[in-house]
Amino acid sequence: MKPAPFTYHRPTELAEALGVLAEVGHDGKVLAGGQSLIPMLSMRLASPANLVDINAVRGLDGVTVDADAVRVGALVRHAGLERHEEAARAIPLLRQGLRLVAHGTIRNRGTTVGSIAHADPSAEMPAVLTLLGGRVVAASVRGEREIAVGDLFAGPLETTLEPDELVVAAVFPRPPARSGSAVVEVARRHGDYAVCGVVAQVVLDASGSVASARATYVTAGELGRVVDLGEPARGLEATAPQDVWSAAGELAAQTVEVEGDIHASAAYRRHLVGVLTQRALRSAAQQAATTSGRSAA
Amino acid sequence: MSQAQEQYVDIRLRVNGVVRDLTVPSRRLLSDALRHDLRLTGTHVGCEHGVCGACTVLLDGEPVRSCLLLAASVDGREITTVEGLSGPDGELHPVQQAFRDCHGLQCGFCTPGFVTTIAAYLEENPDPTEEEATEAIAGNLCRCTGYVGIRAAVLRAAELRREAGR
Repeated sequence: MKPAPFTYHRPTELAEALGVLAEVGHDGKVLAGGQSLIPMLSMRLASPANLVDINAVRGLDGVTVDADAVRVGALVRHAGLERHEEAARAIPLLRQGLRLVAHGTIRNRGTTVGSIAHADPSAEMPAVLTLLGGRVVAASVRGEREIAVGDLFAGPLETTLEPDELVVAAVFPRPPARSGSAVVEVARRHGDYAVCGVVAQVVLDASGSVASARATYVTAGELGRVVDLGEPARGLEATAPQDVWSAAGELAAQTVEVEGDIHASAAYRRHLVGVLTQRALRSAAQQAATTSGRSAA
Repeated sequence: MSQAQEQYVDIRLRVNGVVRDLTVPSRRLLSDALRHDLRLTGTHVGCEHGVCGACTVLLDGEPVRSCLLLAASVDGREITTVEGLSGPDGELHPVQQAFRDCHGLQCGFCTPGFVTTIAAYLEENPDPTEEEATEAIAGNLCRCTGYVGIRAAVLRAAELRREAGR
């Protein structure tokens, strides 16, 4: 299995990369970590005439943490973001999600921004960005624009990016005060694609009971869509046992669209949506209680 | 879609401490550059799409799948293959010694990927628990020996490294 021939471009400046994309973007692909793209090339599921390798482009490998958000550059590897202490303190959900992205060896090379631009419904980080209400920064010779995550995904493996655009960063907003998060999934082996996964966030009110509960899904549901589970969860104690969350789990199982495939039937996946939602919400609520110092009995 | 002609690129890699200048097709995978162009056949190619881990090498010390990298993309970087782990006089790396001690290999096909992965893992986590050892090898497939001997080899290698450190 070898990739079909392509013309290889290796720009070293962003302006140069955008110039190349303006010229060949309609018949080209951007190569960052390549952990999804290279297999697609090798299996000839994709055979672009041009490959624009951005690995040598200066200035795309930074992580910046400010009062509002964590900004992740296009060449930041999953492993680099996972190790970033300041980013993990600002948004614990980043590390919770990154730990489940494939295996460590893949995370050493794969980029978080690339995973988002690849728009795989089985990937964790698009679901994390969606839950946090984040955005990406897309650059082209025409300038830069920000795309809210809700407008980014057009479908599985499909985005609303123009062919000449390069995602130069993803911006993950900090979670609100008194909130907690969790990522729970079922996979055949740790690091495999999840049969089903849930990314959840619970926000508590000042008295320590649930004010809002939301979730996004991995290998289930629609990319870019947040499922509001607030109605059945509102008012629950943060430390409530798991079965108390069952109404929220049921709502999720009814709401989230699932499909059957070689790994799981639709019925089994729907079952997982319900069960994993309960687990994720409970865990997120506990984290919210711990971090907001209101661990009511 | 117009199909591109074969394009060649000049690259320089530092492989196991030796600078190697190569002219390769731009579509050459690093795994193939190592095996075909440099005749370093210790790096094994199993699935060729990043699942099995047999082709794992170290890129500037970090384990990566060489079948998921273009050789052109790692121009100028340092690569360590399984051939680069043993000592100058052929003395086994602690991980290799541990595989021998614990029957961590049978047919040996997956072994180079395990050895490079574990060698890098122990650099960062010199004293893993059994559970951590399992996690460390979760990204590599073995289809004959089974993982019990390999997990034991992770722990034994950690022990050998500690002994050597004293």
